[in-house]
Amino acid sequence: MFVYADHAATTKILPCALEAYNQTAWAFYGNPSSLHTEGQRAKEVLEKSRGEIAAVLNADPREIYFTSGGSEADNQAILSAAYAGAKKGKRKLISTAIEHHAVLHTLEKLQKEGFEVVLLPVGHEGIVKAEDVRDAIDENTALVSVMLANNEIGTLQPVEEIGKICREKGVLFHTDAVQAVGHIPVDVQSIGCDYLALSAHKFGGPKGVGVLYAKRGAPLSVLIAGGAQERGKRAGTEDLPAIAAMAAALKASVADMGTSSALLKKLQTKLIFGLSRIPHSSLNGDRERRLPGNVSFCFEGCEGEALLLYLDDEGICASSGSACTSGSLDPSHVLLAIGRVHDVAHGSLRLTLGPENTEADVDYLLEKIPEVVEKVRSFSPVWRDLREGKRQFIL
Amino acid sequence: MSLYSEKVMDHFRHPRNVGIIEDADGVGEVGNAKCGDIMKMYIKVQDGILVDVKFETFGCGSAIASSSMATEMIKGQPISEALKLTNKAVTEALGGLPAYKLHCSVLAEQAVQAAILDYYKRNNIPYDPDEFKCALCAHEHDHTADDGDEA
Repeated sequence: MFVYADHAATTKILPCALEAYNQTAWAFYGNPSSLHTEGQRAKEVLEKSRGEIAAVLNADPREIYFTSGGSEADNQAILSAAYAGAKKGKRKLISTAIEHHAVLHTLEKLQKEGFEVVLLPVGHEGIVKAEDVRDAIDENTALVSVMLANNEIGTLQPVEEIGKICREKGVLFHTDAVQAVGHIPVDVQSIGCDYLALSAHKFGGPKGVGVLYAKRGAPLSVLIAGGAQERGKRAGTEDLPAIAAMAAALKASVADMGTSSALLKKLQTKLIFGLSRIPHSSLNGDRERRLPGNVSFCFEGCEGEALLLYLDDEGICASSGSACTSGSLDPSHVLLAIGRVHDVAHGSLRLTLGPENTEADVDYLLEKIPEVVEKVRSFSPVWRDLREGKRQFIL
Repeated sequence: MSLYSEKVMDHFRHPRNVGIIEDADGVGEVGNAKCGDIMKMYIKVQDGILVDVKFETFGCGSAIASSSMATEMIKGQPISEALKLTNKAVTEALGGLPAYKLHCSVLAEQAVQAAILDYYKRNNIPYDPDEFKCALCAHEHDHTADDGDEA
């Protein structure tokens, strides 16, 4: 059996998106910047896609900027707000400890340039408190950046409340919505954000394309110079087939959202219940306020990469926040931020379900995961010490 | 396609000499759970020969494969030979490891030395500390101040 349970990493392209991709690549090959008919036909597809994506997000088409993906969008939003703030003497940037590295590394870069970066805690449930954001904002604050949904533990952040606070305080607000768009309703007006980043391949679109939503009037500086594309804010000939495919995937995901989200929640509940029966295991992040397909667990006494490799042998694609999978000695910053100690964080497993997963898939996961956890524990000296009382159980 | 060589995957899927030796003559444990890797090596010695070797590992695929390979390389060997085992030899026998996983083979070398050192100490056998540099530094690494706080 084969079960793909790593949808937060990426998704398989939807048939409608692939069709849009192929059709556009073949029949609309012109450069949208060209004046001739072929170019203008391509331009029409570009603007139609922009309009469709804007409609889904409840934005104005002029607020949609196509990028190479979520990381670029995050980079551009944060750098734009920070540099605009610096011009007014505002050099404080507020974010959370569980952001994606596209946000955290950009903030680190700015910190080295002299900005003050405040990363707010998220508690055991993995959710930042809107009040903490309010308390952190002062007259020097240039930007608040809080993700909509976390990529590892799926927790949903109170972005609407935070957006309201930022508007009150006159501070720019960016949200990384890469994991949320296409999976839960996302409306830039109700969030009240100035910037929002999304990535097509997380909702059945192609890799290498995404969107930066930037509210009219929000500062926007240029990361990639060299042309007048995207209202002069992002140079480079547009990847039109990918953009058309992204629009198709987004429309389809949003149209199916009601049914797929209900199904995913049902599968998620079953999976969480089943995995909780593994001794000394624990769900990561808030049980309720999380993305419908996300199930993240820590299993004490076993290491995550070994789990993943044995699961892969059983045809199960999953992911982990262990150090070994990150290529460093530290496990996931998200798991550490929710209070998991290193020893436990190394034994994490993330399963992210998608609309094509079935109940039979979940049954298979629930058959194989306990077996594999037991196998990894069977030759773990940590597990032996725990069982023999030489080391205390944490979970 | 795999992150690891066929040889690594073979030792990972079918680790050799897994388990413990209840009446071991020497036990060595290196690494720590904080870093995500612990190797524990058990040896049985007769007339200077490692007649039995077993291991337990908490760690990634390459850590498990490295310990399995190391036990296979030293089992049945005289102690003097086992002490010559290097992480390079383990890595080569595994058909290579990704660069950021090389420390796993270092742990295997340290675990072997730590087990032999323990055997020497238990039996008051004089030893040359220079031969156990690797195990001795691993031992210090074990007891970092914050390690105990988290347990």
